[in-house]
Amino acid sequence: MATLQLKHITKSFGETDVIKGVDLEVKDREFVVFVGPSGCGKSTLMRMIAGLESATSGDILIDGQRMNEVGPADRGLAMVFQSYALYPHMTVEDNMGFSMRLAGVPKEKRREKVLEAARILELEPLLDRKPKALSGGQRQRVAIGRAIVRKPSIFLFDEPLSNLDAALRVQMRIELARLHEELDATMIYVTHDQIEAMTMADKIVVLQGGEIEQVGSPMELYHHPRNRFVAGFIGSPKMNFLPVEVVEADAKGVSVTLPGGGVSKVAVDSQGQRAGDALELGIRPEHLVLDDDQGPLTGEIQVLERLGGQTSLYVQMDDLMVTIMADGDVTHRVHDKVRFGFAPGRAHLFDAEGLALPSLEQHPLAGLRRQDSRASDAVGQ
Amino acid sequence: MNKTRTSGRTIGGLRTLSLQAPAVSLLFLWMIVPLAMTVWFSLQRYNLLMPGMTGFAGLENYEYLFTDPALWSAMGTTLLMVSWVLVITVVGGTLLAVLFQQEFMGQGIARVLAISPFFVMPTVSALVWKNMMMHPANGVLSWVAELFGLPAVDWFSSLPLTSIVIIVAWQWLPFALLILLTAMQSLDEDQVEAARMDGAGPIAIFFFITLPHLKRAISVVIMIEMIFLLTIFAEIFVTTSGGPGLATTNLAYLIYIRALLDFDVGLASAGGVIAIILANIVAIFLVRMVAKNLES
Amino acid sequence: MTTARTKSLSGAAVPAVQRSPLTDALLNRRLWLTVLGWTVAVLIFFPIFWMVLTGFKTETEAIAEPSLIFSPTLESYAEVQQRAGYAKFALNSVVVAFGSTLLALLIAIPAAYSMAFLPTKRTKGTLLWMLSTKMLPPVGVLVPIYLLFRDTGLLDTRTGLIIVYTLMNLPIVVWMLYTFFKDMPKDILEAGRMDGASTLQEVLYLLLPLTLPGIASTGLLSVILSWNEAFWSLNLTSSNAAPLTAYIASFSSPEGLFWAKLSAASTMAIAPILVFGWLTQKQMVRGLTFGAVK
Repeated sequence: MATLQLKHITKSFGETDVIKGVDLEVKDREFVVFVGPSGCGKSTLMRMIAGLESATSGDILIDGQRMNEVGPADRGLAMVFQSYALYPHMTVEDNMGFSMRLAGVPKEKRREKVLEAARILELEPLLDRKPKALSGGQRQRVAIGRAIVRKPSIFLFDEPLSNLDAALRVQMRIELARLHEELDATMIYVTHDQIEAMTMADKIVVLQGGEIEQVGSPMELYHHPRNRFVAGFIGSPKMNFLPVEVVEADAKGVSVTLPGGGVSKVAVDSQGQRAGDALELGIRPEHLVLDDDQGPLTGEIQVLERLGGQTSLYVQMDDLMVTIMADGDVTHRVHDKVRFGFAPGRAHLFDAEGLALPSLEQHPLAGLRRQDSRASDAVGQ
Repeated sequence: MNKTRTSGRTIGGLRTLSLQAPAVSLLFLWMIVPLAMTVWFSLQRYNLLMPGMTGFAGLENYEYLFTDPALWSAMGTTLLMVSWVLVITVVGGTLLAVLFQQEFMGQGIARVLAISPFFVMPTVSALVWKNMMMHPANGVLSWVAELFGLPAVDWFSSLPLTSIVIIVAWQWLPFALLILLTAMQSLDEDQVEAARMDGAGPIAIFFFITLPHLKRAISVVIMIEMIFLLTIFAEIFVTTSGGPGLATTNLAYLIYIRALLDFDVGLASAGGVIAIILANIVAIFLVRMVAKNLES
Repeated sequence: MTTARTKSLSGAAVPAVQRSPLTDALLNRRLWLTVLGWTVAVLIFFPIFWMVLTGFKTETEAIAEPSLIFSPTLESYAEVQQRAGYAKFALNSVVVAFGSTLLALLIAIPAAYSMAFLPTKRTKGTLLWMLSTKMLPPVGVLVPIYLLFRDTGLLDTRTGLIIVYTLMNLPIVVWMLYTFFKDMPKDILEAGRMDGASTLQEVLYLLLPLTLPGIASTGLLSVILSWNEAFWSLNLTSSNAAPLTAYIASFSSPEGLFWAKLSAASTMAIAPILVFGWLTQKQMVRGLTFGAVK
């Protein structure tokens, strides 16, 4: 059992504020991912939870107890570092048993526990090797094993997959998800890769400039981004943004003019926007649909990327470029003129401050967590 | 979970202080006490052979020193020694570094042989040169001169300063070589290749690529050597003892004569203060350079 | 400068047809470089070589016409050992060089640790200040040190020399250790902290084993510098604590001109240090230039 609460945490290095007041609650056994561009403070936040960095102000509570002054080893946490940080002069077994050796656990007992963890990670044949003699993926598993051995209440992962090649990364992602289930522990995971966040998290925390932009389940972030930053950060390829103008706003939504003259109605709360106000329309590339007969938007294809199953079209519309994810079998060619449109329910509107106008309807999957078994306590934040 | 062992950083300041205290305080004492005493003695009338005659002398020692031709001669000797050794070691060291950077058979061993003199204690190198190399009758150099039908040279009586310069340069040439060779290895091979593609020959490459790359290392070599060369002592001590006359008496040796041979503490200290000032003029530049490097 | 090119051109990648003029020129060049490089190296090394050789000659052969042909004898070595009390001086050198090095390491390791891993705003200033103490010319403080040592009975004692050498080398030792510690990934120490290591355990189980090569070369440099130091040893010792530098200097008196014995004694005095120097040449650059040349 372990919960984590952060209460208005700040961190400054000298004059620069790296974390500017973060409040967060992590439930027991939750898989929480901190995601954001580099320099957003996600790693610093994790290091403060670990106790490797002190908070300038605010409280860190684990299971309701203030931990600010407690040393890293006594917080009941384990951390997997980006560089793995294996002890190069020790064998795999000694690496994994180091914490117990420091705690004075007798040798026999140590071996037993190391073997147990090694079995979970299939590391048994490597126990006598030194880290130098291991592949990247094996080192990664040893680093995780070293964490498991300590039976922590919370696991911390600091970009653990960023040093692996693409194929191995996919495999480790699956393995981590399996491990989460097996160990039944709370996990906090830092990454800059939104795919890792989307695939593994129960809850994603999007950070930027030392502040939380949004907290929510992957589907919630995807379908209901709170602002333009989150909308652009989650999802790949990135969301398209088109400048539009309000024509009419009523209880059923906001009608806007599209570039090229059409008008479209988006089902969002108008929040006091009136005719003539400038907004931004956000549509994901996968939600733009080619429609040669009556698509309200037009443009010229500049680049075509055929991935086989899908084709990305980069389309020039006057002075802006949009991306369309189309079917793999589209027959268009470069410099073709295309017409395209979108379903009104798939569009987002952002006001001048970049805040999203809230949707009138909740997406049916927005409350879904990665593991359905726990869906009961998952609805929103 | 009631343990309150604090994490490293929260009391970092205190820990830093206690860990650094021994080193810092010892070095502080080592620097400040003798420095203060030197300055104090330099203002005193204080000769160990004349116990009665003590008291405040003001700038008398300095006055005496500055009107003493020995000081000016020693300054000149120091300057000559330092400059000649610097020219030989820096020019020679650069050329040698270029040579030993090339690939040739047994290069590793040749390199080790070439840097060896730096690890030889000064008294040994001075005596080996004085006796076995430069001895007018039985030295190797006179034997070589004879081979070519040249007259033997009595190095230490006819060319005392040159002799000292040769010995010291022989010791410090490997130092320059070692540093410059290291610096040379960080030269980007691609840059050289690009220059060659642009039509640069070996000499152009040396002057336009290699030398600019070595500029910084060369200035470091110059500054570090200067600080050590300002106070050459052992080589003079075991060969010429500062002679003939004052021909090889540099500032360090003059202070030694005044202090431990004449026992004139006041005068020697005044000389010491001058040496400190000279060294610090060089040191300021060196420290500044190191500091700049620390930033990056 | 043509290293990479030489290889690829003379190597197997080039078809046999092209093998004539160009490859020959490059091989020629390499031959010349080998001759030149070795000539220079041998010339520079010659005095040391000659000294070693002379050590195996008799006194008569030593001052005779230079010759490579003679029957080697250990006579001089035996005589140096027996008569001059060489062992005493050597022991002084060993005790002073290693004693001061150990002491310097002991003082420097905590300081370098805190500078590398717990840096504050003052750290850089402290480092530079330590360096600047190294710039103080010894001759400038000869008088007060001599008088202080005379009054405290440290003159001509090993303890006195150890103190001087420790302080003389401390800035370099701190500096070198600092750069080696800085090179060590911080993550590993943090992982140790997460595993429950106290500061002392962190240093003993992780930092020291992992930076051992760096610490060793720092120690060797310190030994080399202390072993070869000749200003303080000549001025602060006379008979009891005189190390080898001072002992060798005693050969300078005109009546003590025994070249073979001087050579034998010198060879013994420099041999271990020469080996140390060869072993640590790379890392030494760091220490000698305070990291300004990489």
